[in-house]
Amino acid sequence: MRAYVVSRLAQTALVVFLSLTAVFAMVRLSGDPVLLFMPMDIQAKDVNEFRQRLGFNDPMLVQYARFVAGAVRGDFGDSLRYRQDAMGLVLERLPATLLLAGTSLLLTFAVAVPLGVLSAVRRDGLLDHVATISTVLGQATPGFWLGLMLIYLFSVQLRWLPTGGMGGIAHLVMPTIVLAAFYAARVARLTRSAVLEVLGEDYILTARAKGLGEGRVIGKHTLRNSAIPIVTLAGLEAGQMLGGAVITETIFAWPGLGRLTVQALLNRDFPVVLAAVFFISLMYTLINLVVDLVYGWLDPRVHLR
Amino acid sequence: MKKWLGIGLTLTALLAAFAASWLSPHDPLRTDFPQSLKPPGAAGHLLGTDQLGRDLFARVLHGARLALFIGGCTVVLTAVVGGSLGLVAGFVERWPSAVLMRIADVQLSFPFILLAMTINTIVGLGLRNIILSLSAAGWVVYARVVRGEVLSVKQRDYVQAAAALGMSRTRLLVRHVLPNVAPSIIVVASLQFSSFIVAEAAISFLGFGIQPPTPAWGSMLSESRDFVYVAWWLAAFPGAALALTALGVNLLGDWLRDTMDPKLRV
Repeated sequence: MRAYVVSRLAQTALVVFLSLTAVFAMVRLSGDPVLLFMPMDIQAKDVNEFRQRLGFNDPMLVQYARFVAGAVRGDFGDSLRYRQDAMGLVLERLPATLLLAGTSLLLTFAVAVPLGVLSAVRRDGLLDHVATISTVLGQATPGFWLGLMLIYLFSVQLRWLPTGGMGGIAHLVMPTIVLAAFYAARVARLTRSAVLEVLGEDYILTARAKGLGEGRVIGKHTLRNSAIPIVTLAGLEAGQMLGGAVITETIFAWPGLGRLTVQALLNRDFPVVLAAVFFISLMYTLINLVVDLVYGWLDPRVHLR
Repeated sequence: MKKWLGIGLTLTALLAAFAASWLSPHDPLRTDFPQSLKPPGAAGHLLGTDQLGRDLFARVLHGARLALFIGGCTVVLTAVVGGSLGLVAGFVERWPSAVLMRIADVQLSFPFILLAMTINTIVGLGLRNIILSLSAAGWVVYARVVRGEVLSVKQRDYVQAAAALGMSRTRLLVRHVLPNVAPSIIVVASLQFSSFIVAEAAISFLGFGIQPPTPAWGSMLSESRDFVYVAWWLAAFPGAALALTALGVNLLGDWLRDTMDPKLRV
């Protein structure tokens, strides 16, 4: 077990390192960021001095070595725009994103798992049909459109909720719903099919035959056995939520990591882009590792090697 | 029901795309300031007009053309590139397989949309580049699915038998393996199609894709944000068109999976 975790951590480090290298290469291929930050009437001499100071005149390999040396210490240089430590900026914005992702995951599981279980247990009932239609719609509705429509309804028409920004609970409502909608739809559908699959197994028939109450058949025998695909999907989705946060945070002006990344990309503020990419890919791969470990705990038949 | 709704919505989107110029007499780019921000139904504008007086119905129809074109190109490109890489990696195993899976891991350590946006920042904006960035971010799914399928197909008796009879590897790949993984490729393609359309809209919405004044649903939604207090129709219709198209293609994909390859999980 410990050997497995160590080897997976090493793989994670390798993947994060390779992805950073890829982004570094792409960034340097895209041309000169310095010119974008200079006023129009600047002298060539000054541009050169600026380039010299930021180290853009050194050979590519030297720049890469310096980048790697900094990256392992979490130092990605200063933001070209805010003149502030890039990693510091990323860490500053992180709590907002974690808060939003946390509430969305909570909402997803509080709604989607019970919904999926109920519609599987009462298959072809009214709830099942309503749930099926809403999950299909939920999966097809783009988050940013849902966000715009919610803003129109709750902020413009009803004036119940603020259009964006961060503050009290009211600020959290719409971003949470928008970020959760797509994932909730997927989780509900998957829960339904996983539970249906388990309900067809022989041991469920046995449990019923020996007179076990329906509550225990569902609560104990079914849920435990259908948890594996749900947990797998949840892990993958938790990672994808970081991608969803990019869009949700932009619509609602939520000051998190996703919005910071979009702005850094738009401003070509590459130290911040690299720091954000580093952080996101690190979180993402770590989440996947945790999911694999939870596997072994849920299903003792799984041997981690 | 699923099948017919899927086919119906997809055909409607296709009709809108191909017949955009016939269905609406207006030019999607022609501005008409005295007529700006008219609500739906006003003076010959079925869905109203935008802030520059352009006809919204014409813009939504032309948006369908752009969305389906981008989605279609991306799906074909990713299916061909990802499919053939997966085919080779699954068939040859050893190092091509290992290299491909490492690349896939690296790619999958970013959220899809962020990767496509980063590529767009670097290679530039516009139609061709968004197709390229979506493809560069999207081929991995095919490569993985196809590789997995090939690994199982080539263990089957008929493939082993053909190999034992001395059939060449290329011929084996083309005649026996490819036809058996083709259903998976088609199913993945149909399921990916809608996510490419939505991703393109999201990227254009964030300002990294198709730029105004070209009528793309994503950039139309982005512009509509400035007018949310005065003109709800600017956000409602392009988004509804996008959602219905995605819904139709999704349903079609689901149905294809149920009939062709029920065990596939994407």
